[in-house]
Amino acid sequence: MTDSSILDELEAIRKAGLDALAPLADEEALQAWRTAHLGRSAPVMLVFQKLGTFAADLRPQVGQAANQVKVALETAFNERSTVLREQALAQSIASEKLDVTLPGRPITHGRLHPDTQMLRELYRVFGEMGFQVYRSREVETDEFNFQMLNFPVGHPARDMQDTYFVEAGDRGDNPIVMRTHTSPGQVHAMQEASATNPQNPPPLRIILPGMCYRYEQTDARHETQFDQIEGLAVGPGITFTNLKATLSDLARRLFGQNARTRFRASFFPFTEPSAEFDVECFLCGGKGCAVCGGGWLEIGGCGMVHPNVLRNGGYDPERYSGFAFGLGPQRIAMLRYGINDIRYFWDNDLRFLEQF
Amino acid sequence: MKAPLSWLKDFVDTGLSIAEIAHQLTMAGMEVEEIQVIGLPMPAHGTVDTKVTGLDWDREKIVVASISEVMPHPNADRLTLCKLYDGQRDHVVLTGAPNLFEFKGKGPLPKPLKVAYAKEGAVIYDGHAEGLVLTTLKPATIRGVESYSMVCSEKELGISDEHEGIMFLEDDAVPGTPLVDLLGDAIFEINLLPSYARCASMLGLARELAAMTGKPLKQPAVPAVPAPGKADFAAISIEKPELNPRFTLGLIRNVKIQPSPAWVQRRLRAYGMRPINNIVDASNYVMLEIGQPLHAFDHDKLLKRSSGKPVQISTRTARKGEKITTLDGVERTLSESTVLVCDAAGPVSIAGVMGGAETEVDENTTSVLLEAAAWNMINIRKTAKAQNLPSEASYRYSRGVHPAMAERGLRRCLELMQQWSDGEVAAGVVDEYPLPPKTPVVEITPADVKRLLGIDVPAPRIAKLLSHLEFKVEVNGETIRAACPDHRMDIGEGVTGKADLIEEVTRVYGYDNIPEVRMSDVLPPQKGNPVLDKEERVRDLLVAHGLQEIISYRWSTPEREARRIAPGSAADDKPYVKIANPLAYEKAFLRHSVLSSVLDTVERNARNRDHLAFFEIGPVFLQGEEPGLPNELKRLAIVMAGQRQTKGWQPADTGKMDFFDLKGVISGLLNGLRLDEVKYVSGEYPSFHPGKCAHILVGEKQVGVFGELHPGVRGRYDWPATFKAPVLAAEFDLDLLLSLVPALYQTSDLPIFPPVLEDLALVVDEAVTAEKVEALIRQTGGKLLADVRLFDLFRSEQIGAGKKSLAYSLTYQAPDRTLKDDEIKQLRNKIIKRLEYEVGAKLRA
Repeated sequence: MTDSSILDELEAIRKAGLDALAPLADEEALQAWRTAHLGRSAPVMLVFQKLGTFAADLRPQVGQAANQVKVALETAFNERSTVLREQALAQSIASEKLDVTLPGRPITHGRLHPDTQMLRELYRVFGEMGFQVYRSREVETDEFNFQMLNFPVGHPARDMQDTYFVEAGDRGDNPIVMRTHTSPGQVHAMQEASATNPQNPPPLRIILPGMCYRYEQTDARHETQFDQIEGLAVGPGITFTNLKATLSDLARRLFGQNARTRFRASFFPFTEPSAEFDVECFLCGGKGCAVCGGGWLEIGGCGMVHPNVLRNGGYDPERYSGFAFGLGPQRIAMLRYGINDIRYFWDNDLRFLEQF
Repeated sequence: MKAPLSWLKDFVDTGLSIAEIAHQLTMAGMEVEEIQVIGLPMPAHGTVDTKVTGLDWDREKIVVASISEVMPHPNADRLTLCKLYDGQRDHVVLTGAPNLFEFKGKGPLPKPLKVAYAKEGAVIYDGHAEGLVLTTLKPATIRGVESYSMVCSEKELGISDEHEGIMFLEDDAVPGTPLVDLLGDAIFEINLLPSYARCASMLGLARELAAMTGKPLKQPAVPAVPAPGKADFAAISIEKPELNPRFTLGLIRNVKIQPSPAWVQRRLRAYGMRPINNIVDASNYVMLEIGQPLHAFDHDKLLKRSSGKPVQISTRTARKGEKITTLDGVERTLSESTVLVCDAAGPVSIAGVMGGAETEVDENTTSVLLEAAAWNMINIRKTAKAQNLPSEASYRYSRGVHPAMAERGLRRCLELMQQWSDGEVAAGVVDEYPLPPKTPVVEITPADVKRLLGIDVPAPRIAKLLSHLEFKVEVNGETIRAACPDHRMDIGEGVTGKADLIEEVTRVYGYDNIPEVRMSDVLPPQKGNPVLDKEERVRDLLVAHGLQEIISYRWSTPEREARRIAPGSAADDKPYVKIANPLAYEKAFLRHSVLSSVLDTVERNARNRDHLAFFEIGPVFLQGEEPGLPNELKRLAIVMAGQRQTKGWQPADTGKMDFFDLKGVISGLLNGLRLDEVKYVSGEYPSFHPGKCAHILVGEKQVGVFGELHPGVRGRYDWPATFKAPVLAAEFDLDLLLSLVPALYQTSDLPIFPPVLEDLALVVDEAVTAEKVEALIRQTGGKLLADVRLFDLFRSEQIGAGKKSLAYSLTYQAPDRTLKDDEIKQLRNKIIKRLEYEVGAKLRA
């Protein structure tokens, strides 16, 4: 065999291999080609096997040529294989296109009641200002619900809070009532705190959430059972300026950093001076709308704790002062989420609850 | 209460717009809830912080006119034609006003009638419509007569809801004058707080407005009547001065009962009171003007009762069972706390609340004995409440009217009665004043103000602010000594008085002028609220398990709650906490069962949803042995029912939730609360199927119970016909549960050495519980057995009747080495032997 004939043969092997590869279109055929053209008995491999039969001076040249053919075939194979894999991938991707507008799987999940969500937000905001949560009973004595809070027996201020009474026999001037506000908790909390050190009671900074009851007909705006959150800060140096700052900070947290507040004179027996606390309507920017009327939203009542109440709680009103305020978490939720009927809250219709 | 701007102007001229006045009143504690504009230009949108209603009268189109003749309508008996002059020309105007009938067909009137006239194109209210409906006057033909304009009623002009006839104006009104110049007004509807009794009058409100705006108050002149002299027409005796500190009487003779002047009637109506006659109106007018309620007796009726002797008035509390018929014609039985005004023959009025019918002023009255008194506010409130008789007088008396006002009211009222009735006021006032109130005098300093308000207000400024409200002040260095004016009863003494005064200072100073300063006071001891924290953890865990939280009404009824108890089970016989004054029977009892609340919620929602999973945390109310404060016990109730998953377009597990769905939630909850030693014991509960009920024990304590609703209970609820799913429910003693929750818990390291997994299938008798089998496996496996999980349960003929197969997946793992095969084999054999020995388990092939 001449040197040129083996080189020609190698060239033929290369060409035959490449020609066979070109039309292949699937992985199976590709693997078959690989066995046939690069496998152990492939023609180029056979050349390597019989390399020893060539003249010694020819061997390097033939070996090099055979190697070039093998590399060429391998390269072609890899290229072809990559092309085919990419084609297949592209095809498969194309065929797997989803209708992404189909609905997702309905995952049943739980939710907190909107009132709980609102309370938690308030706990967090007030918590950051140093207020801790204090809870107390819902059925109270007249003494704690009214008298200790500076509502004397028979006082017209009682007309502000129509009351449910509980049947409990004749208890004279101290009947059992459904609490009309969470304020009796103020007295309980002050008494508990002052009992720990009657001479120098510790300062107090609490919020009092809870269910309250008023004897009134219900409609979209009025509930006979509603919840309230009150705040109380008592200490040696608490002032009205602090009250304003605390509630204005609250308004900014609840309604945005631009929320404006106003305080106007009011009357509550257990605070003096007393104020109503309004926030500029965030729905209309204070221009006046169907929700706010004149641009301001009534949010709650507040004031400096009345000296009689401090005294009833065991705090000397000459040495301590305090502020108190009360808000309706339901009212805030109604304003923020456009809830038009307060009766939705305790009715527990899933169609309402699922919106939170 | 309502306050017309025109009336306030009798006492103060603020020079402010309607919007500004409303703002001043609102900021000072007299919240203006609504402004009713009458004829004046409406305040621009955005300038008023309250609701505004009303009608802006066109100056050209709504004017004064005079009617010179009232003629019959040719085709209708109930209509008349008025010959009318509007300042420019004559018109013939059609009207159906009944108060013109008396002038019909009488020819030219001797004195023309002055009326409000709306020309063509004027916008007024439709007098015949329900409520306030605007209408524009257009030409029309009514019964053959052309009509294009109108003589107006008060309703048509938005002055009041009076539409019985047209409105007559004063005789001196000039035709052509724009009506707004005569009658334009704004009525402020003010929410008067209980402590603002001093403001329940025009003078009271004007005084506040003057103080807030720094404008002078026009003090009412002291009336010239009665002339000085000895009052010999009556005598007064007061039994209980603490209930009746002062009582005054005046007399006016030869009165002519007739309607009050038109402007008086308009003012009364603007306030919301019905004009009666000049005498009654005068007493009401003075009450509204300066705040002192008055009562007019027919003096001749009193004389008749005393057989001609001078009237002897006494005040005393009612005797047991005593009765009186009041002005409204109702016979009332009085309680022994009711104070009565009596003459020698018996009671003539309920003090401060309502007069008696027998001695009331009527159209034949010629002589009036006028009462102005002071009463105990608590007592009057009690009587008005007991008699369900809220009146304008009792409204004021029950909030506190200063006794000094009595004489002022009496004199002013006699003056007006004289003017309006041509009567003669008898000389002298009978004045019994056994208990003049002490004038509170309070000393405050700028330091007091600083301590409460946090602002520096110098002593002279404080004095000035208080003097605006008529406090008599003396400044002595840093001390302001302020004496309370004798028209208010809401100022105390000592430390309370200081707070009262500081409130007044704040109001005049302006709440808006106080700066905001964040608290810098010492923080209290930080205790947190661990019970609440745990409660919130329960909520989070249950929400994480897919449950919806609810909050229910605390009300229920025994009947409603009885639904939760299966037929044949012991009824809930614990006494309910009962509301003494419920709005309805459905709201008359406080609940015993949160489970019952949640079941009610599931029942209501079953119509709208196929997957129902709710929980509620809240109190139940149990009456103790003694009537008094009930026990408020915190409960957690869970109810689940319906499809496991909501079906979408893909395959979903739409099987019905069962006992073990609920148990999964409960295990997840207790696990999440880090409670160890939880046991589930087959048990009974009145709400549950006896075979599908478990008690939940933590250690030895039963914290709750759960199960499938007893068929007899399930049947009591109103489910939709398609709703077939079992109803699963649980109830926990949450106080107890939370008390067992550890504050902290420990974690374990991640394993380094590989686990060995192995399955173990066993056949046991039906009576052997899964819990028992698992406990035996765990005990025997010891520390090397890291986990046991039941993955299959089945019964078949092959296994045999009364048997079941339980298949467990076991995970062996050692913290310090890789386990060897023979170690595991030994452990496995030990477990199998133990199970064979203890519960007769057989290894399944």
